[in-house]
Amino acid sequence: MTPHDDQMLLDTPFASRVQAACELREWESWKGYASPIAYEDVELEYFAVRNATGVFDLTPMTKYRISGPDAAAFLNRLLTRDVGRIRPGRVGYTVWCNDAGMVLDDGTLFHLSPGDYRLCAQERCLDWLLTSALGLDVTIADETAEVAALAVQGPTSCATLRAMGLDGLEALRPFGLRHYPFDGGELMVSRTGFTGDLGYEVWVAPAHAEALWDALFAAGRDHLIRPMGNAALELARIEAGFIQAGVDFVPAEQVVRHGRARSPFELGLDWLVDFDKGHFSGRSALLKERAQGSRFRFVRLDVEGNKPAAESFILNKRGKTVGHATSAAWCPSAKRNVALASLEMPWGRPEDELYAEIYFSRELRWTRVEARCRIIDGPIWDPPRRRQTPAPDY
Amino acid sequence: MPSRSVAEKWTMKRMRQYDAIVIGAGHNGLCNAAYLAKAGLDVLVVERNPHIGGASVSRELYPGWTYSNCSYVCSLLRPEISRDLELARHGLQVVPYHGGVTFTQDGDHFGNYPDAERLHREMARHSRRDANAYERFEADVTKQTRLIRQFLLATPPDPTSFKPKDLKGLLEFASAFTGMGEEGLLDSVRFWTMSIGDFLDEYFETDVIKAHLSGSGVIGTALGVYSPGTAYVLLHHYMGEVDGNVGAWGFARGGMGAVAEALAASLRAFGGEIVCDADVHRVIVEQGRAVGVALADGTEYRAKLVVSNLDPKRTFLKCFDESDLPAEVVEQARNFKIRGSSGKLNIALDGLPTFNGLSPDSPLMLTDMHCTDSLERMERAYDDWKAGTWSQDPYVDMLIPTTVDPTMAPPGKHMMTVFVQYCPPTLAQGPWTPQARDAFGQTVIDQLAAHSPDFKDLILDCEVRTPHELEDEVGLTEGNIFHGELTFDQLLFNRPFPGCAQYRGPLRGFYLCGSGTHPGGGVMAAPGANAAREILADLKRPDVTPPSYPND
Amino acid sequence: MTDAAYDALVVGAGHNGLACAAYLARSGRKVLVLEAGEQPGGLAATREFADGFRVSAAAHLLNMLSPELVKDLALERHGLAYAARNLKTVVLPGDGRQLVIDGDRLAGASASDQAAFAEFQRRMRRYAKVLNRFCARPFPRLTERRGRDNWLLAKLAWDVRTLGKADMRELLRIGAINIHDVVEEKFENPLLKAALSMDAVLGSHMGPRSPNTVYAYLHRHLNDAGAGSALVKGGMGALGAAFAAAAEASGAAIRYRQRVTRIDLADCRAAGVTLADGSAIAAPLVVSNADLKSTFRLVGPLNLDAGFVRRVHNFRARGVTAKLHLALDGLPEFPGLDPTDAGSRLLAAATMDGIEGAFNHAKYGECSPEPIMEISIPTVHDDSLAPPGKHVLSAVAQYAPYTLKAGWPAGREAFMRSCLGRLEAISPGIGERVIAAELLTPPDFEARFGVRGGHWHHGEIALDQALFTRPVPGANHYATPVPGLYLCGASTHPGGGLLGLAGRNSAKAILSGEDAS
Repeated sequence: MTPHDDQMLLDTPFASRVQAACELREWESWKGYASPIAYEDVELEYFAVRNATGVFDLTPMTKYRISGPDAAAFLNRLLTRDVGRIRPGRVGYTVWCNDAGMVLDDGTLFHLSPGDYRLCAQERCLDWLLTSALGLDVTIADETAEVAALAVQGPTSCATLRAMGLDGLEALRPFGLRHYPFDGGELMVSRTGFTGDLGYEVWVAPAHAEALWDALFAAGRDHLIRPMGNAALELARIEAGFIQAGVDFVPAEQVVRHGRARSPFELGLDWLVDFDKGHFSGRSALLKERAQGSRFRFVRLDVEGNKPAAESFILNKRGKTVGHATSAAWCPSAKRNVALASLEMPWGRPEDELYAEIYFSRELRWTRVEARCRIIDGPIWDPPRRRQTPAPDY
Repeated sequence: MPSRSVAEKWTMKRMRQYDAIVIGAGHNGLCNAAYLAKAGLDVLVVERNPHIGGASVSRELYPGWTYSNCSYVCSLLRPEISRDLELARHGLQVVPYHGGVTFTQDGDHFGNYPDAERLHREMARHSRRDANAYERFEADVTKQTRLIRQFLLATPPDPTSFKPKDLKGLLEFASAFTGMGEEGLLDSVRFWTMSIGDFLDEYFETDVIKAHLSGSGVIGTALGVYSPGTAYVLLHHYMGEVDGNVGAWGFARGGMGAVAEALAASLRAFGGEIVCDADVHRVIVEQGRAVGVALADGTEYRAKLVVSNLDPKRTFLKCFDESDLPAEVVEQARNFKIRGSSGKLNIALDGLPTFNGLSPDSPLMLTDMHCTDSLERMERAYDDWKAGTWSQDPYVDMLIPTTVDPTMAPPGKHMMTVFVQYCPPTLAQGPWTPQARDAFGQTVIDQLAAHSPDFKDLILDCEVRTPHELEDEVGLTEGNIFHGELTFDQLLFNRPFPGCAQYRGPLRGFYLCGSGTHPGGGVMAAPGANAAREILADLKRPDVTPPSYPND
Repeated sequence: MTDAAYDALVVGAGHNGLACAAYLARSGRKVLVLEAGEQPGGLAATREFADGFRVSAAAHLLNMLSPELVKDLALERHGLAYAARNLKTVVLPGDGRQLVIDGDRLAGASASDQAAFAEFQRRMRRYAKVLNRFCARPFPRLTERRGRDNWLLAKLAWDVRTLGKADMRELLRIGAINIHDVVEEKFENPLLKAALSMDAVLGSHMGPRSPNTVYAYLHRHLNDAGAGSALVKGGMGALGAAFAAAAEASGAAIRYRQRVTRIDLADCRAAGVTLADGSAIAAPLVVSNADLKSTFRLVGPLNLDAGFVRRVHNFRARGVTAKLHLALDGLPEFPGLDPTDAGSRLLAAATMDGIEGAFNHAKYGECSPEPIMEISIPTVHDDSLAPPGKHVLSAVAQYAPYTLKAGWPAGREAFMRSCLGRLEAISPGIGERVIAAELLTPPDFEARFGVRGGHWHHGEIALDQALFTRPVPGANHYATPVPGLYLCGASTHPGGGLLGLAGRNSAKAILSGEDAS
């Protein structure tokens, strides 16, 4: 029998280093792991990502290893994307849906080697994966605790990693994978991230985690490396316009109230849905939705003024509520007041005059403003270095 | 009522005209009376026992120890009523607890930790899939609790009626179902008709997890975990709340008698009266109308209406002259299913027992504890009941309230409440005897002792209650804790039986307000308030009962 | 698929498949029925289990077949004949007592039971009639608010209302509960209670105390108006043959020894089937008479949504019914039984508790040591089934769960002994008359008839998989999530029991253009 785990919060393999660096000692639970909200100063950490290198411990991210003869077929039926187009050594962002075409979660699929995959997600989904595996010859293992990972993000991230000895990393294209020997083991580097900037994620067995942290920070010292917590990452991901499960949508199997789930179309992820690849879970429902129309539209809004539109209702010009903001922040690099919002159809067309109802308090006085919103077409923050290959040094 | 001589009338000790008499000072009777009094009626509650509370009592049966010797935890009590009757001001304090633990035969245990992540890790020890499937299970059960909760403070519509009120009620009921969408509706119908065992099989693969979660499907019910309909019974234990946490349970500080005491205080504050040691012998019926009650000692109280907090069987078969009732109702009452299925041990302990593998500081010490680690053992316990004996390997729902409530035992000492399933109302070989009762108690103690080495040595006093004691002392027919089984023939518009399901009895001026009416048993107080609403409507008085909080 | 030679393929020539094929063919479709076996009828089969001895392989008595269907398909013209009708039911507890149920009349029960039984039968007939309205057509959709559905729902609601207040209330009260409590309320005679309980649990993973058994009872009596069972001349295979003849007369073609190994899809739509020999037959419409789980195995999980596969996986189809066949060298004697009643429907059961006790074992993956049996000696009425002077005894025996903890090879012997022991108790000396014996267990039914789980109804008839929830959400209107693929077998509403309505309803749904969404 497996022994009981009586700890309230788990430590990641980087815990000794994280705890030493975390001066603020503000922690939150991320899937049961102690995860720092911030180490020292959210602003410093955010600007490390945009200006130098920020390092984020993403070990608690749910990770599944998927292999076996039917692995590719299984994934193609699970995911809305054509998995055949994600070649070995490549990574793809994707979503997966229930039968009703509602998004269960989004995540990244790593094609590690032919027929061997890793699926990373915010939410746990083993039950759904195993349900999807009924009748198929595929092996699914939760390897969340078996893989330690750091996100190394920012303009000097490539230089930092190269200084650590990862030669040739600059040639790695976005969504590519590379393996390096490290500390007597193996280090996997993917050019992926959640910040919308140049950046990498590095993956090792837990035994090498502390060595990785130490090597990374030693190499990055001259490249102004800094650990970052959840708050800085949250700011960066909103600026990048990325959605997050449990925040911008409710994972479909956790929905209690009928109609609260969202389809990929309703999250602005049409580009992830491939109807030509054969059957996948939710396909029939999504075809029907495409024919009959969606209920919601997901938009990124540039909100007038500088007050974040967090939890704001979105109104039309007659003052009628047509949606609400799911995430919002003043974005320091893009210099925009960004809100991600879910609007009822047909609202969210370029010509619509929309307002965010924002409340803010200054010394006990609450103020309500209706700030004009403009729909952002295209990325909010998209520096050329994000895609440049070879990756620049800064 | 047979005519009486003038002399006889003079010898009556008292005779006073009330607006309403409520038979039984259980929590529903008190709640009902409180609302009638709040509406300005002159109300009398008559109680057979020397104490009030019915099955929600705190009793000092061993010096220094307080036993919640019937109901023992609190969740279902409708918050609308609790707030409206100012029960907090009248002394009720409910302290929530979360989680549970099931001890397994191999010396391990499954801890249903209050913390979601810790629970996930605990489940994952057995099955990572189950740990993840629990999220789906919780969401799906919550969907069903949301469906039922909106009907708790409502009178069920009569599906055979064409009255606008009933048609409207039916329409609301139908639209609550259709509002879940086609798939949601089908899933609801499936949930309401499935066995808890089959339902859990659709989520989990680990036996101990299924066994742990299945308990709520059978507590107080004469059905096994594989009996269809038990998934609904689970709902009955999940639809309550403490401070808005749906499904949470708590301890009433000072024992469950605190609920009754607070309701009584509220009633008295509205001017109502309670008289104890008043055993109702008969409801007085004149010209087809209930006009009062006659006590066993000859005392009569008269009122414009009479409300019974007793279970339907006791109400109609013990408190009426059969000739005063329609034959159909007598028949329905006879056929009413109210089979007792549970017993209870209340134990005074010299100290806190230790449990195999559990630290005394574990949060699991504050929760409900069980010893049945498989659905098969759960079901076999039921097979014994069917055969007319108590379960040889019973399912227990055991708590130590003194780990939370300092008022129930001297400092350092403890009180343990052990609810036991299954225990039949009568034994196959005949009625309960003190010897049989003690043997039943010993079966339970032995089971607990198997998981707690020092348990037996700590026992200072043990009160063993079989359905026989529950009937005898509390008045629950056959010792059924819910005043009638929670099967479909006795739910919603069928509760207690068709024709009497809107709190109105079969004759004018007579009403039902006990757990035998919708929405059923548990310390919920909803039947009492619902009955008051119907009575006030009949009297054309303003409704003073609180509306249901809207589903959010 | 305009070049397809057929408009529709029906997978499986069970009676529902054939009924569906007949109706589709009548509407002008070109229909081909593909049957893996050598004969039509599926579980409605006659089988030679010993030299010269033939018997209905599964169900041996007919009491549910829709009269409308018999007329519609002219089954009697196509060869359906009865060796006996309105069979009496005789309960034989094995201790010399007996109870005879002949229509609404009881012999061996008190006058009050007699009166209560007549009233019970009257009510049950009324309920069965209403239930029949629910079963005789595809169930309307509940949330779509289409005019047609609303109209049908209103009509059904009206049918229930017309029962009158008293009968409607009683239906709403007992509809979802167990037979045990209902008969306990109404009757005194333990044999009568046992007999009615048997009607409610035969073919089901349920005991008399299981809620839902009243519904199962009503389902069983959907069409017999309480008149008793009938014996098909030539065994149940003759019923299958009549359906086949009717289908062929309607224009459908039937091919035997054609095992479908795959339902083919093109562009995520049903496009035909592939046979065991590798050949493919194309058609834009495929109708499956196979049970739910088998059907979607033929489709394959990759062509289905995962949630739907989970629902199919969770569909309860755990057979508990075995069939005992004895070749006898003469007519066995049943002490106390009038010899002219030997051809009746004989029930070997004594009390409801005994039945419940037998069921207890099934819950834990064990066979009942004291099984309950529904016995028929068809050769009393039909001499075509055995050599002259010889007899066949056919017994439906419960409970023999599909998944046996001890495993079936070991369990078979033991269960056979238990059954023979029970028979010996009601007919002492019968053991010596046995020339040959055969026990078909749920795994045998799975192997021989392709029904996953060996469940005769293709799946439990319980309220969570009945009416509009049958078999599973997503396939509960005969259409399936795969466009062009329909179900017509006993897995669908209104279920099994040789009703024929599933097949007919399916054809109606197909012809009205029903789809799954």
